[in-house]
Amino acid sequence: MTVEAILFYVFGILAVVSALGMVLNIRNTVASAMSLVVTMVSLAAIFLLLEAYLVAVIQIMVYGGAIVVLFLFVVMLLNLSTDEFPPGKQRVVKLAVAVAGVAILAQALVALDQNPLLAGQPEIVPEGFGGYRQIGLSLYTDYVLIVEMVSLLLLAAIVGALILAKRKID
Amino acid sequence: MLPMNHVIALSAILFAIGVLGVATRRNLIVMLMSIELMLNAANLAFVGFNRIWSQIEGAPAVDGQIFVLTVIAVAAAEVAVGLGILLSMFRNRDSVNVEEASLLKW
Repeated sequence: MTVEAILFYVFGILAVVSALGMVLNIRNTVASAMSLVVTMVSLAAIFLLLEAYLVAVIQIMVYGGAIVVLFLFVVMLLNLSTDEFPPGKQRVVKLAVAVAGVAILAQALVALDQNPLLAGQPEIVPEGFGGYRQIGLSLYTDYVLIVEMVSLLLLAAIVGALILAKRKID
Repeated sequence: MLPMNHVIALSAILFAIGVLGVATRRNLIVMLMSIELMLNAANLAFVGFNRIWSQIEGAPAVDGQIFVLTVIAVAAAEVAVGLGILLSMFRNRDSVNVEEASLLKW
């Protein structure tokens, strides 16, 4: 087993444990947000191991730096740090979710084990793969329409969030 | 090189945990966090498949990572609007319990 594979398992287990900590922690919302940070940073490390350097940096900047801070800001603004409503006794829902999750997982594992493309050992990394130059060139030539659409979406989200969150004047 | 089928399996596990959070929790903030977790699981699958795809001669190189960047932008927009809805709900109801949001008008 190579060093890369060992690091992948370490960060993968860390991501799963902290994700479970986020979902199952019913007492403290701030601790849930902190668990989410750990998951995001572990995923960024796995992106690095997959040679997606720009995506890893943006993952840390946007998720660890912006989105989780926004969550924490709202939690502290509304003084919600204690979560006073534990999950209800929806046993049927929980059972259905558990069964569906296990089924999806089993199917994915069976399908993946039979896939010859995944069994192979891809070793070649193309020159400059996953760097800012390659992604920037692709983004501003082939996918320029997506950039424009995302800019419109962000503008709409800013206006929508402002209108939803402002107090009524009257 | 990483074991690729385990990368995709990790993505499936994280997605299942996110679904569990949305289905069982009643705190709107934690539900939004679980949605973020599901988006991240999808991102991991995108990056993993992109890494496999990069081995094929003549294939488009970084399309999967472009998708990931788009998903991150959409996730940021979704969090901004979702937290705006949460603030306005807290102002009207004094709670972020989704089971109290059962009326169209009050």
